[in-house]
Amino acid sequence: MAAKIMDFDKALELFEPVLGFEVHVELNTKTKMFSDAPNSFGREPNTDLAPVDLGLPGSMPVVNEQAVRYSISLGLALGCEIAQSCRFARKNYFYPDLGKNYQISQYDEPIAYEGQVEVELEDGTLVQVPIERAHMEEDAGKLTHVGGSAGRIQGAEYSLVDYNRAGVPLVEIVTKPIFGAEHNAPQLGAAYVRTIRDIVRALGISDARMERGNIRCDANVSLRPRGQEKLGTRTETKNVNSMRSVERAVRYEIQRQAAILADGGTITQETRHWHEDTGVTSPGRPKSDADDYRYFPEPDLLPVVPSRELVEELRAALPEPPAARRRRLKAEWGFTDLEFQDVANGGVLAEVEQTIAAGTTPAAARKWWTGEIARLANEAGCETSDLVEPTAVAELQKLVDAGTLTDKLARQVLEGMVAGEGTPQQIVDARGLAVVSDDGALIAAIDEALKAQPDVLAKIRDGKVQAAGAVIGAVMKAMRGQADAARVRELVLERASAPEA
Amino acid sequence: MNDITRLTAAELADKLAAGEVSAVEATQAHLDRIAAVDGDVHAFLHVNEHALDAASDIDRRRAAGEQLGPVAGVPLAIKDVLVTTDMPSTSGSRILEGYMSPFDATVVARSRVAGLVPLGKTNMDEFAMGSSTEHSAYGPTHNPWDLERIPGGSGGGSAAAVAAFEAPLALGSDTGGSIRQPAHVTGTVGMKPTYGGVSRYGAIALASSLDQVGPVTRTVLDAGLLHDVIGGHDPHDSTSLTDDWPSFADVAREGARGEVLKGLKVGVITELPDSGFQPGVAESFRASLEILQAHGAEIIEVSAPHFEYGVAAYYLILPAEASSNLAKFDSVRFGMRVDVPGGTVEDVMAATRDAGFGDEVKRRVILGTYALSAGYYDAYYGSAQKVRTLIQQDFTTAFGQVDVIATPSAPTTAFKIGEKIDDPLQMYLNDLTTIPANLAGVPGISIPSGLASDDGLPVGIQFLAPAREDARLYRVGAALEAALVDSWGGPLLGRAPVLGGAR
Amino acid sequence: MSEITPDLVRHLGVLARIRLSDDEVERLTGQLDVIVDNIAKVSEVATPDVPATSHPIALQNVFRPDEVGQTLTREQALQNAPDAADGRFRVTAILGEEQ
Ligand SMILES: [Mg+2]
Ligand SMILES: [Zn+2]
Repeated sequence: MAAKIMDFDKALELFEPVLGFEVHVELNTKTKMFSDAPNSFGREPNTDLAPVDLGLPGSMPVVNEQAVRYSISLGLALGCEIAQSCRFARKNYFYPDLGKNYQISQYDEPIAYEGQVEVELEDGTLVQVPIERAHMEEDAGKLTHVGGSAGRIQGAEYSLVDYNRAGVPLVEIVTKPIFGAEHNAPQLGAAYVRTIRDIVRALGISDARMERGNIRCDANVSLRPRGQEKLGTRTETKNVNSMRSVERAVRYEIQRQAAILADGGTITQETRHWHEDTGVTSPGRPKSDADDYRYFPEPDLLPVVPSRELVEELRAALPEPPAARRRRLKAEWGFTDLEFQDVANGGVLAEVEQTIAAGTTPAAARKWWTGEIARLANEAGCETSDLVEPTAVAELQKLVDAGTLTDKLARQVLEGMVAGEGTPQQIVDARGLAVVSDDGALIAAIDEALKAQPDVLAKIRDGKVQAAGAVIGAVMKAMRGQADAARVRELVLERASAPEA
Repeated sequence: MNDITRLTAAELADKLAAGEVSAVEATQAHLDRIAAVDGDVHAFLHVNEHALDAASDIDRRRAAGEQLGPVAGVPLAIKDVLVTTDMPSTSGSRILEGYMSPFDATVVARSRVAGLVPLGKTNMDEFAMGSSTEHSAYGPTHNPWDLERIPGGSGGGSAAAVAAFEAPLALGSDTGGSIRQPAHVTGTVGMKPTYGGVSRYGAIALASSLDQVGPVTRTVLDAGLLHDVIGGHDPHDSTSLTDDWPSFADVAREGARGEVLKGLKVGVITELPDSGFQPGVAESFRASLEILQAHGAEIIEVSAPHFEYGVAAYYLILPAEASSNLAKFDSVRFGMRVDVPGGTVEDVMAATRDAGFGDEVKRRVILGTYALSAGYYDAYYGSAQKVRTLIQQDFTTAFGQVDVIATPSAPTTAFKIGEKIDDPLQMYLNDLTTIPANLAGVPGISIPSGLASDDGLPVGIQFLAPAREDARLYRVGAALEAALVDSWGGPLLGRAPVLGGAR
Repeated sequence: MSEITPDLVRHLGVLARIRLSDDEVERLTGQLDVIVDNIAKVSEVATPDVPATSHPIALQNVFRPDEVGQTLTREQALQNAPDAADGRFRVTAILGEEQ
């Protein structure tokens, strides 16, 4: 499977990459796009179904009004025109995850078209990504491949189909060809997907959890030799479902295609699969009917004609665009470029914002979300934002500010929070983690330590204050870390000079 | 022969309401009739083993003083294109043999609520593709007027059931004439409502933009009674109209008094000259026009220049939509599966659809796939949709001049079983006069106009009205029906051969 | 004459997932050729100025409120399945050997 690849920089010297993305966003409506069955996740197979989700004979689709509203909002947030009138079409192809063997989608009349999204790269560079269209459609069911090698479709003995996801509302966002990304091409892919995620999250129209497939990206990559006008042949790498993978997949395709082209080969226009484990793409099976979906207007559904009043109402309710919001927050928080990029690239902008809103300083909020919480998320292999609630983080920081917790203790409390042990105060109480603020207990421990290390006492009395470290260490150990080291130091110096010591 | 099965639905409903006949008696009489004649006619694919339970439930409720609807206790035959929870629904196809729907079609659910007693499911051309019911996977239905002949199609089973007195009422579906053309060849009444007037939910889709469910009966009044039960808005069908409809039964009763014919402007279409019809059909049609005139109607020639493109447009739109609608029959979730040892799911699907679909279905699915495929869409499907616009414009222009349009319901009387089966194109021309209504969405009714002088078989006259003017058809249909029955000295079906021996 | 050829019919069979025998291909080629010749006449009057009509009665904005209704039980969902396992529909391998 290992194809020949070219060094990335070399590839960029010879070729200009042209990108395109198709991002599918699952909407978080209560019900499906065309049926009143629940739009749910993780339920028992084949339990959230209405007749039309299974394509049962005689069943008919009816459009979910909320899904239309969400789609319009998303279109507006992408800077698109909202169609005066649009309609659904049938995309015909046979596949067992498709209850009707056609997908109800939109073809020549999407609900939104001609937009532009501002995407910010890690170094703060702004890139305008042109949007071709955003259209409404339905999701397919889920296949599980049994037998053969590890659940792969190839070599499986049989497959099982769960249609719960069939009919979940989707908006597919299609970009125009993106030129000029050059060395940033891989990074732009990730940043674009992140921007879409931020937009749909801010709109509140999707759960936007990539690990659950709420947002799925197909990445189109083509190369053209420097100086050539004509676009090269593109490949479409399907379902690249994390931002990091989008970045890796785009990089890999650039390197793979460059190697083929440099050898005088040609690129096959095809869909490709991304392999997370090996970091390569492989060709999908050529489908005999892939090019001929026999689209025609869905006769069971009628045109959607959004009133201009509705469009303006939804436009007025739009949240701030992500890039503009970043600029505003950066200024408000007084972060350096680097500090802000830390937060933004960590995907915790909203969390930091909410933590600050709950009463912490920007610095403290940033420190938690880009530091300890990010580390724990990394360990757990999940999104930082999924780990704890911003309000709980603010509560934790308040305990630090009040002197109840040291930084070290606070980290232990955080672990408890992540483990679901309760609020910070509950964890402090349950684990007995509060700082010992009773000087009496500290003095007793200090006196004990000084008695045990008379040489140290002598050095301190000689003015060699740095020798106090050994005593402080012993005291902290005796207090099981639950003491404020600065206060211990103060008291050690005080006791060392006291006559009875 | 003067038994319960000879009563019209309206007469039977009166006797049920008066307590002269019980629903169980009425149902049993029809079950007996089915047992006696359906071996010859083969109108039914399935007889409802719960029919008597449903009937006795109606009797119990009536005895308990419950206020029941006007047709409670009247038996009903249901075209097998409509899904039912208590009987298999096959749409006449082998691929759906034994299929049990978890939900009732809206028209079936409404019929149950109204107290109609489902007698069984009626035969049809497979997936409603045909004009003769010869394309049923379960064998043809025979015309009660002549068992050697076709009962029309696709709803030949419903029409034959009604004509053979196996049921007073039946449900049909009409995509290009499948209610009206069988009515024409069996001497019965068939009404295709305005598109959206009756819910399609639970009707196994043939061509979604053309299909419409409607009543199949022996009289116009009975059609109105059944239409009142099944019609009206259904939120499960996005194309369902939200209009308030009058009681079509009331309208039919009013129409039967005949005054509506005075000054009525009846259009006849220039482009459908008599020469295009079997002489006996054209003659019967002319005779009906004379009766209309005698009652004060004015016959006006109107031009519908695009009707001649109707059949072509229909045979593009229907197969195209059908090719997509029938894709769901793939052996995964329901229906037949043919095992292909060592085959992939694609192989299994293709083998199943080869074995499960009959020739006519394959022909139309392949044709529709072609009409929609890349490079052909504009020339075929796209052009057909434009013809639709032109036919609608023809109707608009015509209805600017006349109140209703009249045509013979079909070009010929019932032909012999097997006569046209190998000539699809000839078969398709059967729907010449009925198709424009489906393309334009307007309502159409076929009522018996008499027997053809050349072969003694039934002929129907079709009336068409503007969209949403279904009431006009009941009024006019009932008026002409009354005049004709008067002239015949009794219903046309009284002259049909007695089947299965007199009781 | 229209452009219906046996190869085209075979391809349409693949698109429509119907395994057509050679006999069927031959028969359908002839029949479709005649039918297509007859129905192709729609293009005579379908000039660019004529709008297409996809729905016989023009309606728009027919929506359903986003409210959960009654769902099928799993037993109902699976009751007609030719094959099922673990609460799911079972199908044979989706792809042949890897190519
Ligand atoms: Mg795509
Ligand atoms: Zn899509």
